[in-house]
Amino acid sequence: MTISRRTLLGTAATGVAAAALPFGRARAASKSLKIAVISDFSGPYRDIGGPTSVACVHQALADFGAKDKGYDVTVLQGDHQESPAVGTALAQRFYDQGVDLVIDVPNSAIGIAIEGVAHDKNRAYINTNSASSEITGKFCNAQTVHWTYDTYMLSHSTGGAMVKGGGKKWFFITADYAFGHLLHDQTAAVVKQMGGQEMGNVNFPFPQTTDFSSFLIQAQSSGADVLGLASAGKDTVNLVKQAHQFGINKTMKIAGLLVFINDVHGMGLDIAQGLTLTESFYWDMNDRTRAFMARVKPRTPNNYPSMGQAGCYSGVLHFMKAVEAMNNMADVKNGAAVVAQMKKMPTDDDAYGKASIREDGRFMCNAYLFRVKTPAESKGPWDYYDLLATTPADQAFMPMAAEGCPLIKT
Amino acid sequence: MMMILGKPAPLLFGQLLLGIINGSFYAMLSLGLAIIFGLLNVINFAHGALFMVGAFVTWGLLHYLGIGFWPALIIAPLMVGAFGLLIERTLIRFTYKLDILYGLLLTFGLALVLEGIFTNGFGSSGVSYGGPNILSGTLNLGFMYLPVYRAFVVFAAIVICFGVWFTIEKTSLGALLRAATENPALVQSFGVNVPRLISLTFAGGVALAGLAGVLAAPLYSVNPGMGTSLINTVFAVVVIGGMGSIGGAILTGFGLGIIQGFTEVFYPAASSVVVFAVMAVVLLARPAGLFGRVA
Repeated sequence: MTISRRTLLGTAATGVAAAALPFGRARAASKSLKIAVISDFSGPYRDIGGPTSVACVHQALADFGAKDKGYDVTVLQGDHQESPAVGTALAQRFYDQGVDLVIDVPNSAIGIAIEGVAHDKNRAYINTNSASSEITGKFCNAQTVHWTYDTYMLSHSTGGAMVKGGGKKWFFITADYAFGHLLHDQTAAVVKQMGGQEMGNVNFPFPQTTDFSSFLIQAQSSGADVLGLASAGKDTVNLVKQAHQFGINKTMKIAGLLVFINDVHGMGLDIAQGLTLTESFYWDMNDRTRAFMARVKPRTPNNYPSMGQAGCYSGVLHFMKAVEAMNNMADVKNGAAVVAQMKKMPTDDDAYGKASIREDGRFMCNAYLFRVKTPAESKGPWDYYDLLATTPADQAFMPMAAEGCPLIKT
Repeated sequence: MMMILGKPAPLLFGQLLLGIINGSFYAMLSLGLAIIFGLLNVINFAHGALFMVGAFVTWGLLHYLGIGFWPALIIAPLMVGAFGLLIERTLIRFTYKLDILYGLLLTFGLALVLEGIFTNGFGSSGVSYGGPNILSGTLNLGFMYLPVYRAFVVFAAIVICFGVWFTIEKTSLGALLRAATENPALVQSFGVNVPRLISLTFAGGVALAGLAGVLAAPLYSVNPGMGTSLINTVFAVVVIGGMGSIGGAILTGFGLGIIQGFTEVFYPAASSVVVFAVMAVVLLARPAGLFGRVA
């Protein structure tokens, strides 16, 4: 028999396709699960989500011992390209393909849009990377858990600490979209509540702005002593870098209202030093976080996880524990039931320690206020933060009564 | 304090100056685009990506080879220009005889590929570049503190723009270039290697994008998306100035920088739109642009 190159290739391709089909494996068919990471894999938020989030999901499955316990878990990923339309379509497709959990999702507009899809399809959704506190507020539902952080926590931790430290007069530079406005409004409210004053605010066009010098000059001439940056990602990196060029760091304190360790890495310590910021996870906090970091590092050697990515680890681990406790794979297809089970059990993992999920879907973790080290203080790669203060979980997040979550009867 | 239109005068002087600084980037980038369009009839959408490559090369020279800012001012544009030469010879030259849209699509695709490669290699938050020590610090102008480096950028931009304009409009090399684009067959019959001239022109235009990238590296976050944010505005500048008009691109670049600077004081939310509003008005009044020749 003669085998042509074409048929050989064809046969090989069929073999590969068959092996890739998750349903092809009979062994664990009864306990198969699918987890989809919807994130930014190509744009501005790739470093705070993207491949490192996927690495953290895989680490959670490894630490849970999914394989040994007989679970066959497929991890899928989708790039939302910073578009709510693309993100929503991805979530619909994933859930229709039998995905049991969608996780990650940076960008509040997309995070909230997918929350609606999870509700309609009645599948579990853990958002670890959107900032809007409205995810557990007016948009909250029984299928969604909001891990990691939100605008309320960021504004109270960073804003509150700066005012206490004597920074009473604030000038804000705000990204002109829903997230920026929410972050600005909540922080300004905290500042006023604590006896501070808002000297001014400018909204910059998002995402087209590269040069912030005009806004920085306005801040400089406003007489404020704190510069609040209600922005994220490369905008914050550019703002801090350019604030240095104008010497603003010498006359004003700079408060990055949403800064991730990946942003600090992008700025470099020369520029970032002295910045005050809030995260709920830092790899070098304690022995448990360091142990987690040591395990996950081979999967993401050049980009250490920030809080959102560590949230993917913590969230998936807890999801798997809930699935195990339910011990009935049919119930796992009922998103509300899985999330109810997750809320029933306290969480415990190396990244976040012991915590819990509130009735409205809010993951209750501590908020840590950090100061970025100087280049001289930093002893190794990614040694960037000094802990300034800890806000305990019960004070870090908005009280449920104030949120307006439809799940909560008041 | 003196007030103008309800804003403190020092703030407005500051904005004027900042507008000129931003305008110098618009001018340098639109200059390269105008040359490539005016002489080659290619709408080079990869210009922003090549600007980004210039900034990354600057960072890479320091990071991997320890070569600082001043040598990078020469080396990085040469490297970007050589890369431009490569893509012109292997890809872009095949679009010269086709509809102009093919060149646009090809370069747009190239821009996406370049951004994708750099995002994969360096991540989206980018890398940090410090700039030369001698230009650090600020000047107290009375009404504002001006970073020395920004003053240098304006100076460099004016020198570069004048140099390029002079070369193309006033020297015999420039005359040859312009002739080669008007009537390539005739110029070739005089023994001039026209394809080589065109390749080198493309490389030169691209090298200008690389040079702007070097100058931008100490100012902005060096990240794979840095060119995309600028390129739309720069295209508007070229259109307003008159497609292919070199002097027009330079003057419009500075002019729009200033207009944008003032918008950022009076109505910040409109600062990214104002350029396109001006473009719409100009195109209604003068379809060929401010300095363009009607075809």
